[in-house]
Amino acid sequence: MSTTLEPPGAAAPATGTPDIRGAAVRRGDRVFVGLSRGAGILILVTMAAIAVFLIWKSIPSLQANTANFFTTSEWSPDAKPVVFGIAALLFGTLMTALIAMLLAVPVGIGIALFIAHYASRRLASTLGFVTDLLAAVPSIIFGMWGIQFLTPQLQGFLQWLTTYFGWIPIFQNDLGIYTRSILIAGIVLAIMVLPTISAISREVFVQTPRTHIEAALALGATRWEMVRMAIFPFARPGMISASMLGLGRALGETIAVALLLSATYEINWHITEPGGITFAANIALKWNEAGTIGLSALVASGLVLFVITLAVNMGARLIIARRSEFSGAN
Amino acid sequence: MAKRIDVTDLDVFYGSFKAVEGVTFSVEPRSVTALIGPSGCGKSTVLRTLNRMHEVIPGAYAEGTVLLDGEDIYGADIDPVNVRRTIGMVFQRPNPFPTMSIKENVLAGLKLDGKKRPKSELEGIVEKSLRGANLWEEVKDRLDRPGAGLSGGQQQRLCIARAIAVEPQVLLMDEPCSALDPISTLAIEDLIEELKERFTIVIVTHNMQQAARVSETTAFFNLAGVGKPGKLVEIASTEMMFSNPTQQATEDYISGRFG
Repeated sequence: MSTTLEPPGAAAPATGTPDIRGAAVRRGDRVFVGLSRGAGILILVTMAAIAVFLIWKSIPSLQANTANFFTTSEWSPDAKPVVFGIAALLFGTLMTALIAMLLAVPVGIGIALFIAHYASRRLASTLGFVTDLLAAVPSIIFGMWGIQFLTPQLQGFLQWLTTYFGWIPIFQNDLGIYTRSILIAGIVLAIMVLPTISAISREVFVQTPRTHIEAALALGATRWEMVRMAIFPFARPGMISASMLGLGRALGETIAVALLLSATYEINWHITEPGGITFAANIALKWNEAGTIGLSALVASGLVLFVITLAVNMGARLIIARRSEFSGAN
Repeated sequence: MAKRIDVTDLDVFYGSFKAVEGVTFSVEPRSVTALIGPSGCGKSTVLRTLNRMHEVIPGAYAEGTVLLDGEDIYGADIDPVNVRRTIGMVFQRPNPFPTMSIKENVLAGLKLDGKKRPKSELEGIVEKSLRGANLWEEVKDRLDRPGAGLSGGQQQRLCIARAIAVEPQVLLMDEPCSALDPISTLAIEDLIEELKERFTIVIVTHNMQQAARVSETTAFFNLAGVGKPGKLVEIASTEMMFSNPTQQATEDYISGRFG
């Protein structure tokens, strides 16, 4: 990029001091500023356009709905009278995502920590490669694997869980059927978001400044104390971002969940029993058979999912910003 | 409180590379010993073997004995974690924990032994350590502010406060002033003068005036040759080293002819 003070093409003075007068014409700078500003605005416009589309398209169904949109656990938008609500969808989405997070965050961070600070270099690069590969597996594969392989494999464990921990309401199973459940969907989601969480956490862990690590060790910290004293505080914003990206995928995952769940519109806290559905899976399953109001109702549910993911991300930013003064970035 | 150190026939390796060879010297309690020498001669490496910090680098190890009041810190039943709790260290670049407040930084080492202490005792330790590091007056009104918000010299004194809060036997300093301006350097040097009343201090420095100002004993390290390990050329009282060294290499280095 040219930083000359003279207009391009002007002959440079042969002798003496260069002329410092004259307006700067830095075409490269201007083009770059324009491009980056345009890219920034484009993102905002896209977001706004999505929001407007979702709101606009969902209005007809919301006006036709005879039931409460938020508290109804039923999905019959093309029936007469029109009855649909997102209660069961919301429950299924949040529950599967919660299970996925509970399983994937500790395991993902554990894998990342092992790769970054415990494993030998050779083992670390192999493990890192394998977890990255896991991220590249398409979701439909996870769905098929979950229903064909994982579900039968988990039968024994789930029965055991109900037998010994059935007194905890969520593990109670009155049907004796252990397939197509929220729990299995949550477990498959956990595996799907694991590489996201562990890859990003690993990147942040290895960036921990050597000086922080040595400061902790020189005070007489053990390896684990060093991790808590130097690595976790440094990596905290990164771990939150990693988890939020994973959560975003878990909330929005469509096809694997559509294969795994049996699309019943009920709020069932017995997470090992069949049933339940999520926003994304419901849209995928119902889109082709939906009528005019049905399509509009699905868009309305999509709007709720959109708002949830936005809220989750904003919440994460707030958590990160709250202690930014202590982040070491300054 | 302060203990003596006796190093005998110390060889230090990074993997198959021998960085330091045949180092033997002693450090008297409540004294300041300066390690000087050109870059890459192994003086920082030797310093880091004194509290087993060199071995946090993969592949690094040491042979020979390092006695702390007669006990070999490389003995079979010695936990390096405990060695580091006994022998504190201050680094070249100030490294307060960025997510911790000034107070939390001072107490960071104390959190590690798992003992529960009453709040009043902790506050006493914070004040005593910060006073010991000549930092109390500057930070007493903002103990809950982040330690990373201080100036470089203040951060380094905070690191010294953190190191002395656990009441170590020995304090190792690895070029503690090389990232600081002259005024902060002077503050640290004054502090070293006070700290040697209580601690045994070993300091690595590139600054020969600094070695002359703060230390009683000076050890000069040099490379045996290109690609060869570093060795201890000469160790004597600082006065002797700077006025009448026995080795030609020491005189050349001190008079600025190389290095």
